[in-house]
Amino acid sequence: MTVAAEAPQSPSRLDLAVFPAVLGLGLVAALVEAARSPDPAMVVQAWTFAACMLGTGIFYLVRYGDGIPAEERAGYANDVVKAGVIASVFWGIAGMLVGLIIALQLAFPELFYFPDMAWTNFGRLRPLHTSAVIFAFGGNVLIATSFYVVQRTCRARLFGGSLPWFVFWGYNTFIVLAGTGYLLGVTESREYAEPEWYADIWLTIVWVGYLATFLGTIVKRKEPHIYVANWFYLSFIATIAVLHVVNNLSLPVSLLETKSVSLFSGVQDALTQWWYGHNAVGFFLTAGFLGIMYYFIPKRAERPVYSYRLSIVHFWTLIFVYIWAGPHHLLYTALPDWAQTLGMTFSVILWMPSWGGMINGLMTLSGAWDKLRTDPVLRMLVVSVAFYGMATFEGPVMSIRSVNALSHYTNWTIGHVHSGALGWVGYVSFGALYCLVPWLWKKKQLYSNALVEWHFWISTLGIVLYITSMWVAGIMQGLMWRAYNDFGFLEYSFVETVVAMHPYYMIRALGGALYLTGVLVMAYNLWRTVRSGTAEAAAAPALLAAEAA
Amino acid sequence: MDHGFFERNSLVLLIGILIVVAIGGAVEIAPLFWINGTVEKVQGMRPYTPLELAGRNIYVREGCYVCHSQMIRSLRDEVERYGHYSLAAESMYDHPFQWGSERTGPDLARVGGKYSDEWQRAHLADPRSVVPESVMPPYAFLEKTPLDYRDIADVMRANKAVGVPYLKAQIENAIADLEAQANPNSDGIDAFRHRYPGAQARDFDGNPDQITEADALIAYLQMLGTLVNFKTYHADAPENRR
Repeated sequence: MTVAAEAPQSPSRLDLAVFPAVLGLGLVAALVEAARSPDPAMVVQAWTFAACMLGTGIFYLVRYGDGIPAEERAGYANDVVKAGVIASVFWGIAGMLVGLIIALQLAFPELFYFPDMAWTNFGRLRPLHTSAVIFAFGGNVLIATSFYVVQRTCRARLFGGSLPWFVFWGYNTFIVLAGTGYLLGVTESREYAEPEWYADIWLTIVWVGYLATFLGTIVKRKEPHIYVANWFYLSFIATIAVLHVVNNLSLPVSLLETKSVSLFSGVQDALTQWWYGHNAVGFFLTAGFLGIMYYFIPKRAERPVYSYRLSIVHFWTLIFVYIWAGPHHLLYTALPDWAQTLGMTFSVILWMPSWGGMINGLMTLSGAWDKLRTDPVLRMLVVSVAFYGMATFEGPVMSIRSVNALSHYTNWTIGHVHSGALGWVGYVSFGALYCLVPWLWKKKQLYSNALVEWHFWISTLGIVLYITSMWVAGIMQGLMWRAYNDFGFLEYSFVETVVAMHPYYMIRALGGALYLTGVLVMAYNLWRTVRSGTAEAAAAPALLAAEAA
Repeated sequence: MDHGFFERNSLVLLIGILIVVAIGGAVEIAPLFWINGTVEKVQGMRPYTPLELAGRNIYVREGCYVCHSQMIRSLRDEVERYGHYSLAAESMYDHPFQWGSERTGPDLARVGGKYSDEWQRAHLADPRSVVPESVMPPYAFLEKTPLDYRDIADVMRANKAVGVPYLKAQIENAIADLEAQANPNSDGIDAFRHRYPGAQARDFDGNPDQITEADALIAYLQMLGTLVNFKTYHADAPENRR
């Protein structure tokens, strides 16, 4: 855990002038919006943003008011990773709770809707759920783990002084702005890219900072080679930047209004959106989390990555092929056939590089399989890779035209997404968090391995209930929509298919509740780990003193 | 080539990644903007009236697209259930598109004219009052909330800037046209009908005293999928085969 001492940085740092200035500009812009905008939603958004700028400014004042803190003088940047870990757990619980609420709304519409409270309706809460779990939970996990991993694998402190902190607070400001916007009805209606133009601009600024932090750290590395996990993190950061900017090209109605109109329309707009949407899965939820896999599984299993050659082959093929797969969201639609066929073909090809990653992850356990019996954290990480393999087999199957004719628009898609999200993204994140908390807070071990076991089995049961109910529901829905009776008429009215969903919506909500329960168990376990007294002997006293201050 | 070249040079790795990920998107998306026939030539399509556009903005705001698609696929059962499969031309003025990805509720691409205004009103306010098995949220607040249309001309101007062929007169008279469409007894109705031939004008929410959000949303729903003249559209014609 020690790093070669770097030359002490001079007390006057450029970043401590630049970022407070950015925050100040943000604050002024927000106050002008709040004062001048005739749009009530914009006024609320502007005050929210102003509060975030002010809060981050106060953070800078507290942290840097008495000079550069000891934590930034030598060694790795750990405080910002800790903040990312805490934010991940918080947003995970929040996002999954919203997911549970909207699942209950579909199962019990009489109980969970409030006719005069527009902001509680499914249409506004659903983007809140998806953004909170993908971007708030997943995003903070990615920022925290990438900051941790890049330092260890490059043997260099994070680049940019307080830049990582700006990235952390700036990203979470974006999350707050987006989430409160959905409740106010502020949306571009582009799935997984709903935030409006000003939030998009802010995220672009923050993302450039993220790329600068990550790339800057790689540039000053003391290792000759860039480790494989960092290839994946870098491809995630760079590609998300491209996807975000292109998909969000839009023209604001006025600089004082929340509303904007997208640059493209109809069929071109649809393919741009699903080029983005599918690659948000491919690069945010896959490449980024493969970066986690490539660091945490070898580390935890204490075995080297199975195959260097396979890493290279599956890395380049994965990022090349993923980009083509977007049109499989638009089969049999008004998208021209040639684009549909290309999308389907590449989606099927995508199975191979995906399984290349799975094999590389699983086979890393060669010679250490016995640890699955004794280490529940490693088991969670390994099961996540198994879910990754399952979801990346299911995906290509669903993108075959004749299968998609049945599965599209149904709950099968929801089941597929959640086998990836709960099984792969969730478990690999939890595994990383269980590793990180003892490492960062200098504890010998977790508070309780038994609680990890509980978390694992409760949430596994939750996943099984969730995805099997949605598979059955989706396939049933698809079959009922296309069923004909003996006279050649459609057998079922639409609402009969809604009625048929009811038991499965209830099972799904139960599955979600179990999964959330597991996360609460994890949060408690992590909290007790942080509070436990058994500090690791190797912990640097100076660091601890700095934290206590 | 030795992969170490990428592993030792961070900028080379970054540029390599950007080149590799640019190819697929460029090959699939860019041609859609210049290949003739990506969007069919049809008769009847027109830009949204100001009231319909305001209704569409409410549709977007409330996230209707998360449960309702507006894209009928070219499959037998869908065509029989919902009507002619959707053409690319039918969403060519949609910034952004509303094709959707889920059918928790039915497709709405051709819902226009299928139900009465009164049914739409009752259904929006309390879906289970007309469809007991429905799981749709209630939107009772729509008919109580006056429509905020102060910026509707700006919305049209922004749409024009990104390619919707609004005429100057349509933008200049946006507010008058919006009010006329919701109140066909007003003086502006002739000018409205002249600027938007064939558009439906009536008091959609059953409350002549004010223009509410329900007026706008129902006006939008009632025109969905009704514009294209399918008598003059031949799916088998060579120019329409894609």
